[in-house]
Amino acid sequence: MEAIAQPSSEMAAPKKKSTSALVRVVRYSGVRLVTLFITVVIAIYLTIMIANMGGYVDRMMRNEIEENITMQVASGKAYQNLTTEAKKELAQQMIDLEIKRLHLDQPLMVRTVGYLSNAITLRLGRALQMASDTGSRQVRLIILERLPSTLLLMGSSQLLLFFASLFLALSLSRHYGSFWDKLIIALTPTSAAPPWFYGIFLILIFAAILKILPFGGLVSAPPPTDQFEYFLSLLQHLLLPGFALFFSGFFLSIYGWRTFFLIYSSEDYVEMAKAKGLSARDIERRYILRPTLPNIITNFALLLIGVWQGAIVTETIFNWPGLGRTLYQAIGFNDTPVIVATAIIYAYLLAITVFLLDFIYALVDPRVKIGGGS
Amino acid sequence: MDTLKSSFREILRYPSAIVGLVIVLLLVVEALYAVIAIPYREAIRLWRSGEETWYANPKFAAPAWINLFREKKLPVSFHVSSVDGEISKVATPGTQDISTINFEYTFDFQADGFPQELMLYFTTTYETKQPFATIVLVTPDGRQIRVADTGIEHKQNVRFSQQPKLISRYKDQLIPEGLFSDPQAETPTALKGEYQLLIYGTTFEAGSDMDVEFVFHGQVSGLAGTDMARRDLVVPLLWGAPIALAFGLLASLGTSLLTMIIAAIGAWYGKWVDELIQRVTEINMVLPFLPIMIMIGTFFSRSIWVMLSAVVLLSIFTGSIKAYRAIFVQVRESMYIEAARAYGASDWRIIVRYLVPRMIPLLIPGLVSGVPGFIFFEATLAVLGLGDPTLPTWGKIINDAETHAALYKGYYYWILEPAVLLMFTGLGFAMLGFALDRVFNPRLRGV
Repeated sequence: MEAIAQPSSEMAAPKKKSTSALVRVVRYSGVRLVTLFITVVIAIYLTIMIANMGGYVDRMMRNEIEENITMQVASGKAYQNLTTEAKKELAQQMIDLEIKRLHLDQPLMVRTVGYLSNAITLRLGRALQMASDTGSRQVRLIILERLPSTLLLMGSSQLLLFFASLFLALSLSRHYGSFWDKLIIALTPTSAAPPWFYGIFLILIFAAILKILPFGGLVSAPPPTDQFEYFLSLLQHLLLPGFALFFSGFFLSIYGWRTFFLIYSSEDYVEMAKAKGLSARDIERRYILRPTLPNIITNFALLLIGVWQGAIVTETIFNWPGLGRTLYQAIGFNDTPVIVATAIIYAYLLAITVFLLDFIYALVDPRVKIGGGS
Repeated sequence: MDTLKSSFREILRYPSAIVGLVIVLLLVVEALYAVIAIPYREAIRLWRSGEETWYANPKFAAPAWINLFREKKLPVSFHVSSVDGEISKVATPGTQDISTINFEYTFDFQADGFPQELMLYFTTTYETKQPFATIVLVTPDGRQIRVADTGIEHKQNVRFSQQPKLISRYKDQLIPEGLFSDPQAETPTALKGEYQLLIYGTTFEAGSDMDVEFVFHGQVSGLAGTDMARRDLVVPLLWGAPIALAFGLLASLGTSLLTMIIAAIGAWYGKWVDELIQRVTEINMVLPFLPIMIMIGTFFSRSIWVMLSAVVLLSIFTGSIKAYRAIFVQVRESMYIEAARAYGASDWRIIVRYLVPRMIPLLIPGLVSGVPGFIFFEATLAVLGLGDPTLPTWGKIINDAETHAALYKGYYYWILEPAVLLMFTGLGFAMLGFALDRVFNPRLRGV
């Protein structure tokens, strides 16, 4: 993922003098936008096709509808006075209606292109099966309803992870080979396990054995009426899944940054600054952090859009009513509009971020020139 | 060969590599043992069968060895049969074809808890007249408790909890608790000592015979405990290893090899081939990986082979293809490639014989470090309920435990056993891969 946004060496190439800067920037942005847009369109269409398994899901849904309605009519109390013929006719009518409601009467191609154009224009439409807690079928409302809890969980854990590992790594990189440095390296393999795995252990220790934190959910039931108590309960429920997400990435993240900073601290200009007798703080801030800023920003931006996807398995294990679990449920219901909506928003966020990063690089790093290479 | 040897010696300098290597070797040995001890078909049969195979095990029983760490011991499950001679059987022929067959079994009960259930499985042979049996349990303090007097069909099981005599005797108590508790004690306390099971059988035909199996459902069972379907967890725990190793290694090998070859092809041919690979990679990076895998599992197939192919396919076109490409573009210009071109080597020969082998030092650590990710990914799918429906895997055990709220109800062994195995496997490969990375990429050694 990082590779798209990595400042490519082409950009740092010596500038051509033939075209003016403005023309170059505009032309570059135009080409970049078009490529990114095409990429997003193709990716979304692929997602739509996979969500329909190339028509396989249609047949599955048709069969399900037919079976359900036939059963309903055959065993329903309201229909028991009807003749077999009338029942059959009624069932057929209801089946046709349901198929029409789910647009299954249109050919797959028409439908998927419809989904695509709606997705691209961000008309998220209505869910097929799912509903928000307020009863709305609007995909927009379903997503907006689950967004805060995901933002809370992912946001808090990922931001903490990012800044904690960044600053710890910075101080470790100056104490290369120390006990703490070696300890962190030794613990790096722990990041091979996904967050849900640590979640299970955390539930076991803190919820099952020590009984001091809840097993899962967003707040205790019934939800506290008092605002302060609600907040406390929320915090209590946030602790375990948040820590699981944090811990799973922690050591690898520190290790990555530490190695990265070490490479930069062996640059000649850092040696020079040391020789001049600058304070450690100044060296860190002006000679190590400054040139690595583009990478730090890239990772931060990717982290922010990663928050959008939620954590499917961790949210499921902890019963956390966030976007990840919603997506998992949507897949269970074959609810294509919801699946496509989460995919398109992620794709857009990614594309916009990638596009903006080029400009941000140019802003923070004077060596980078937009569209300078090609 | 020499470089291989020296790299190996180099690896042994890292303690983490030795630990990792030992773990991986142990896993391989365990996997081989599993495949040899329980052949594939047998493992599948055991995993998918129900009561008919596993009737002798209690449900939700912890492993027997937890008694070592408990002050209050839990009763261990066992089953004995008169066919194997564990229950003594004395047949005495009588007049008019009526003969008596008496069974006797003595067992030492030293637990502090009560068993879940006691059962007798009778098998009899007769033409028309059913044999008859009287079942008595003698407690250590000499009380004779009559369990049942019952006619026995060809195949009949007698559950102690369902016997009317016992139900009326222990009105507001669980039957096994009543049978095994000290009548003098205020609160139910297990009475320790030798219990004796006596069965007085009578047959009414010449050639009529009777055999019995005594099944004692304790609270702990076997080496690994049991799940909700009485299945012994030893089977999936053992078989989880070969499946996890196969999935992790195949996925990692497939992904790294294909990534490398495709990157080499792109770098070698350049132009539109390269451009196409770059665009496909960018599209793939926008695709949501886990949701797509979940969709494939939900809508299409959960077969482990389908999942494996999908994982590999989606993992090829990622950031690493760009990293490899950058190196290949450099290598393409080197002298020995020039030489190969000069003597007329074909494109394919240059890619396979000259470009790709050059990257092996990068490939090996990446391959080993990639394994835990794939193993955990397979477990992740299983935890979401998308594991292969036929195969016994570690992730499936965790999924079963999760759906039965194992942590909430205190069946910790159920989740801990597969989780610890997963953790060791992941750690083993991660540590080894980490050390390999430092050996094969000397640039990292300084840092």
